[in-house]
Amino acid sequence: MEEVFKFFLEYKEMIFIITLSVFLGIEVISHVPAVLHTPLMSGSNAIHGVVIIGAIIVMGHAENTLSLIFGFVAVILGTLNVVGGFVVTDRMLEMFKKKKN
Amino acid sequence: METFTNLTSQLSILEFSYLVASILFILGLKKLSHPATARSGNLWAAAGMGAAILFTILFHKTNVQLADGTYESKGIHNIGWIVVALAIGSFVGWYASVKVKMTAMPQMVSIFNGMGGACAALISLMEFPKMQNHFASLDASHMLNGEGIAILLGLMIGGVSFAGSMIAFGKLDGRIGDIKHPVLRIVNLTFLVVMLVALVLILFMKPQTDNNLPIYLFAVAALVYGVTFVMPIGGADMPVVISLLNSFTGVAAAMGGFLYGNQAMLTGGILVGSSGTILTILMCNAMNRSLLNVIIGAFGVAGAGGTEAADKTVKEISLSDASILLSYSQKIFIVPGYGLAVAQAQHLCHELDNLLTSKGVEVKYAIHPVAGRMPGHMNVLLAEADVPYEKLVEMEDANNEMNNTDVVIVIGANDVVNPAAEDDPSSPIYGMPIIKALDAKNIIVMKRSMAAGYAAIPNNLFYHPKNRMLFGDAKATLQKLVAEIKSL
Repeated sequence: MEEVFKFFLEYKEMIFIITLSVFLGIEVISHVPAVLHTPLMSGSNAIHGVVIIGAIIVMGHAENTLSLIFGFVAVILGTLNVVGGFVVTDRMLEMFKKKKN
Repeated sequence: METFTNLTSQLSILEFSYLVASILFILGLKKLSHPATARSGNLWAAAGMGAAILFTILFHKTNVQLADGTYESKGIHNIGWIVVALAIGSFVGWYASVKVKMTAMPQMVSIFNGMGGACAALISLMEFPKMQNHFASLDASHMLNGEGIAILLGLMIGGVSFAGSMIAFGKLDGRIGDIKHPVLRIVNLTFLVVMLVALVLILFMKPQTDNNLPIYLFAVAALVYGVTFVMPIGGADMPVVISLLNSFTGVAAAMGGFLYGNQAMLTGGILVGSSGTILTILMCNAMNRSLLNVIIGAFGVAGAGGTEAADKTVKEISLSDASILLSYSQKIFIVPGYGLAVAQAQHLCHELDNLLTSKGVEVKYAIHPVAGRMPGHMNVLLAEADVPYEKLVEMEDANNEMNNTDVVIVIGANDVVNPAAEDDPSSPIYGMPIIKALDAKNIIVMKRSMAAGYAAIPNNLFYHPKNRMLFGDAKATLQKLVAEIKSL
């Protein structure tokens, strides 16, 4: 039990951020119309591409060739997620906009 | 700019950029859930991402222990290679997204999601040996700490998300069939328990320098589990699965944020994780099913449901009869399905709509929430063909207007108009809301053949006295129909 308390104290800021973000995520999209389900999924798909920052950190501090290669691949995959995700979403939403004009 | 070379100012600029990125992610998601602001919301989120990436490359620092035991703060190395990787990823990602057909959009989203999951898993795979060697040098007795938990969860969730997304892609693209067997459920459940036990065992393992076999085995297990997790779920449920895997990847990214104490990754990942879960549940609600029901794969399980329709006959309608019926109607609803999109017939459909409207017929489109391959997919496809927004009527409103509708034209749709959802409790889609085509005076179903729909459930609508079939490829048939109406 004491371990749990220690863990909580050590990571309290992150646990706070995680908990509040969970509620925020739910609140932010709770009234989305069905029409936007696909673009929203695609857009949030792009946002979790933020994992690329981790890949950059790993690659930026790689000490041997193997981790450099792994990091290289990870950065490419992360970029695909980010760029592909945002561009696809934009293409979908562009069509919604056209009909307003 | 002397201040920018100062360590403290660099770090505070970095953290400030993460704060801005997090705010832009939140506002972006918020804007994405309203039609008028959605596009700018996407751009806002992208701007946040760009800032976070740029400032990470410029100003990120890690404390590295030197030989004499003191620490030195080191910035990002290998910047050249990082830029090359970013350039390759950007080009391929951009090219693929610009070239992909709108009908294949769900597959594309699935692939991109898988890439994110793989990225998270790779990060964990590289960080674990570092952490283990560090603890081994301290002669620690176990690796149970926040870092270890974050690394292993990131690897597990990222791996499952990657492998699962690839299977989902294969199913949507028609490359992989469903494997449905009740045993698979037990296998999956067992697998999940084994993985969680393995996770705990690795955490309690005594760290040994370069003892990486357990983590590699764990990674392989995560990949296999991703495959067996998605395999039994029916192809028609893939949108829900992609949405679920999307939120998984969000959580995997957040694990990376926890590991590095990186707020942008943490907030971005958790936001997607929680909003993705809610979105998944909303999608299930649109089909009147529970998430558990989807995961267990009740849809189209072998032997399930649907009354046999083998000895019933269908009535056909000729092109000239159809064109006369349509031209002299007052009000028509078009019910578009994925078949319409696959035949690339949206534009012709819009032409038919214009032609009939010019003859004084009121033409609208009844859009089922799950028409197409993803919720909202059909709206995107029709928007691509310049169909005005006002003509797209949501299911409930369309159903209210069905009683005074003269003709319902069903083009390439099947399950969303299947009356079994209302009157056959043994049908796997029983309870799913449908477009009540039967309430209209006449029905015309355009269909390639009498084959069952994507969910492989027989449809009694086709045999109903009100209904007449117009067989053939949607595009060719619409072309002929338009020509026929013009010649009237």
